[in-house]
Amino acid sequence: MSSAATQKRGFGAMLWDYLTTVDHKKIGILYLIGGGFFFLLGGLEAMIIRIQLLVPENDFISAGLYNEMITMHGTTMIFLAAMPLLLGLMNVIMPLQIGARDVAFPFLNSLGFWLFFLGGILLNCSWFLGGAPDAGWTSYAPLSVQSPGHGVDFYVMGLQLSGAGTLIGGINFLVTIVTMRAPGMTYMRMPLFTWTTFITSILILFAFPALTVGLFLLMFDRMMGAAFFDVALGGNAIIWQHLFWIFGHPEVYILILPAFGVFSEILPTFSKKRLFGYTAMVFATILIAFLGFMVWAHHMFTVGLGPVANAIFAIATMAIAIPTGIKIFNWLATMWGGSIRINSAMLWALAFVPTFTIGGMTGVMLASTVADYQYHDTYFVVAHFHYVIVGGVVFGILAALHYWWPKIFGRILNEAMGKIAFWLFFIGFHLTFFVQHFLGLMGMPRRYWVFLEGQGLDTGNLVSSIGAFLMGIGGLIFLINIIYSSVKGEKASADPWDGRTLEWATASPPVHYNFKQLPLVRGLDPLWIEKMEGKGKITPAEPLDEIHMPNGSILPLIMTIGFFIASFGFIYQTDHKAWLIAIYVGMAIALGAMLTRSLKDDHGYHISKEELEREAE
Amino acid sequence: MSHDHSLNPETMPQEPEKATHEGKNKFLGLWFFLGGETVLFASLFGTYLALRNSTADGPSSQDLFGLELVFIMTILLLTSSLTSVYAMYHMKNNDFAKMQLWLGVTALLGVGFLAFEIYEFAHYITDYGFTFRSSAFGSAFYTLVGFHGGHVAFGLSWIIVLMARNAKRGLNLYNAPKFYSFSLYWHFIDVVWVFIFTVVYLMGMVS
Amino acid sequence: MANNPNTSKLKMNSFQRQKKKEEMKKQVISFALMIGFTLIAFGLVGFSEMDSMFLVPILLILAVVQVGFQFYYFMHMKDKDHEMPAVMIYGGVFAAMLTLAALIVITWW
Repeated sequence: MSSAATQKRGFGAMLWDYLTTVDHKKIGILYLIGGGFFFLLGGLEAMIIRIQLLVPENDFISAGLYNEMITMHGTTMIFLAAMPLLLGLMNVIMPLQIGARDVAFPFLNSLGFWLFFLGGILLNCSWFLGGAPDAGWTSYAPLSVQSPGHGVDFYVMGLQLSGAGTLIGGINFLVTIVTMRAPGMTYMRMPLFTWTTFITSILILFAFPALTVGLFLLMFDRMMGAAFFDVALGGNAIIWQHLFWIFGHPEVYILILPAFGVFSEILPTFSKKRLFGYTAMVFATILIAFLGFMVWAHHMFTVGLGPVANAIFAIATMAIAIPTGIKIFNWLATMWGGSIRINSAMLWALAFVPTFTIGGMTGVMLASTVADYQYHDTYFVVAHFHYVIVGGVVFGILAALHYWWPKIFGRILNEAMGKIAFWLFFIGFHLTFFVQHFLGLMGMPRRYWVFLEGQGLDTGNLVSSIGAFLMGIGGLIFLINIIYSSVKGEKASADPWDGRTLEWATASPPVHYNFKQLPLVRGLDPLWIEKMEGKGKITPAEPLDEIHMPNGSILPLIMTIGFFIASFGFIYQTDHKAWLIAIYVGMAIALGAMLTRSLKDDHGYHISKEELEREAE
Repeated sequence: MSHDHSLNPETMPQEPEKATHEGKNKFLGLWFFLGGETVLFASLFGTYLALRNSTADGPSSQDLFGLELVFIMTILLLTSSLTSVYAMYHMKNNDFAKMQLWLGVTALLGVGFLAFEIYEFAHYITDYGFTFRSSAFGSAFYTLVGFHGGHVAFGLSWIIVLMARNAKRGLNLYNAPKFYSFSLYWHFIDVVWVFIFTVVYLMGMVS
Repeated sequence: MANNPNTSKLKMNSFQRQKKKEEMKKQVISFALMIGFTLIAFGLVGFSEMDSMFLVPILLILAVVQVGFQFYYFMHMKDKDHEMPAVMIYGGVFAAMLTLAALIVITWW
């Protein structure tokens, strides 16, 4: 079971290892690979959109295909790229940060990944099977019910699968943080990234069921003739909007809070100071999550909810600026007077602060109901959410990748390439989206296939598209950096950045059981405390003893394949009843796998004390 | 240490469902899952309440519902909640045979409930022509009550597999958390039903 | 390694047995009360002529109290070690209330 033996095995064995793995680090890597793949797809779709909007009245792609592009770009980036990349980082890092050997439910962890991944594949199968979903990433009824073909059906089933995976992941992280913290790791000693993982998981737990129900209603309407959104039979299309945004707004915080956590790790490390206002940061996170649930209707100001409802939601929305402001000032104060080192990870973090602040300010502008009637469905909104989601989440993911890459893969990413990629992407980003504010204010609506000449929109769109190309090139250089570094990158030491938290007390990459002896945590930033007291090593909390580890299993993959097949059955049974067979077969496979899981006892295995002593560094 | 967690009254911990690390994880995991289920059912209830009067000139709740059937179903499910409490009581006393017996009773009551529900649906469809597709009210009614019925069916399969699997091996620290998780889940199904009979049936007959 | 069952060995003494019995008694009482509430609810709908303005809130209160019994007694949420479960259930109830408010109060044409 030693890591040396793992490297010598052939490709087939390695593939099998990853297909059956329940190790949180490997599952995290799978999430990163899956999320990265979908990020490239989403990026490609973005490029196609920007090429279409390069010049007025362009006909690079048809109107229908354009609708499919914007739908898939949004859906892919939110559900299949940003969230899985963050879940991947959480998976690898969070257990290390709390001094745990694995997550609470290793089997479910693997199931969650496969559900996400095959859900994403299912959604993208639509490209080859008669057209992708084309009702926007929000899939508002009745448009989504009326949309011909099977595109939206793929949206429904694909998101249902990957949403279930995310929910499982959220519960898993919650239980892990509650029960598996190392001795001494109290809640108020947890690193901020772990805190944001915790709060994010709570948001996942309470937000995703609303999406689940919304998707079921849409599925019943489209595939089984129900009448939830069918006005002729008394249905009501507003239900979809409410359910979607009751999920959708917390989803925004599900994305941004982990990024906040990332910056709260990177800024102290590279400022050589402890995080300023730790307690305030924790409570600001909780407050954002709490308020984040009460603001969904600000996406629906123009629906006609009435002045009272609109006013309540406007005020609640503006209130979120307060905890977010607390965070911004705490990050600034963390850097104040620090001994700052600037490298790629820090560059992304530094770029985040002003970029996100701009996005936050346009958010407050949009929260003002009366003004929102002007901004609604224009490029101003597009600019706003790209400032927070790219400027916040994507910058956060890229910062985190630079920061934790050595820990995850044992190699340091190339600094020169990292900086070039940063500057290209950063400049490209602002070129792309800053002008979109003004395009929006000039009245350019979002989701339109073409714009007309001579309305003052030409230059802005041209600049925007040029910026998108720069972002694309930046992304490519980052990709080259990954390939280059995995071959020729500098081997990372256990603690390349002079880190403060527990993950830097493990090897790079960590052994599969993470900690030979569980660490004893004596305060916030445990590794830093030990360094300051001259030991530089974490005190173990237990004598060396055998370690209990879970067994790998192929069942999660089989179960998911079952659901995958059944999803095709659900989608196509409207064409021909023979497809019902696919539902039965798929469900039989999935339920059979579940049954096998419950009938076969799985006690895991033990790593003996002798083996652990042999593996001593 | 060995994997044998078999229990006898001498080694029986106070709370066998939480005595192991895995057991504690299962316990919390199931509770957190129920927190999410609360929102799931709230979404279904909300949808139902928004559409309860959208009958599209088809049968309305006053036309359809009768007290007797719902009352029987309610008593069946409430009683099954108590019997699963008895099962857990015997689990904590390490009396495996009695635990299995009470779980068996719980399952039987659940089957009874489900049978009445199927009868009820069939009755609405054949006697009133009230289906999933007849109106938005129909869609919302069958979806909400059907989701609950689906949860009951899933719980039944769960407990039957658990009982059959462990019939010969008795109670141990590996399967005690599983039995306990089932009982929590089963109580939650009952909680949902309390709101269904109140909000859907009783309130549907009032207004 | 997870807890060794031998370390948590506790003899089943009479005190604990007594405690469990008392616990069971409380649970039977809550069951009786739940059945009682159910009967009242059905009775009010079946036999009283009360205006729905009053009846609906009464029905809802009866349901909430019953559910409280389920959670606190049948599911042991009153016991120690149930802090996190309580947090998550109340969190769920909070999100549930918002969802219900959205779909009941601000869903119209």
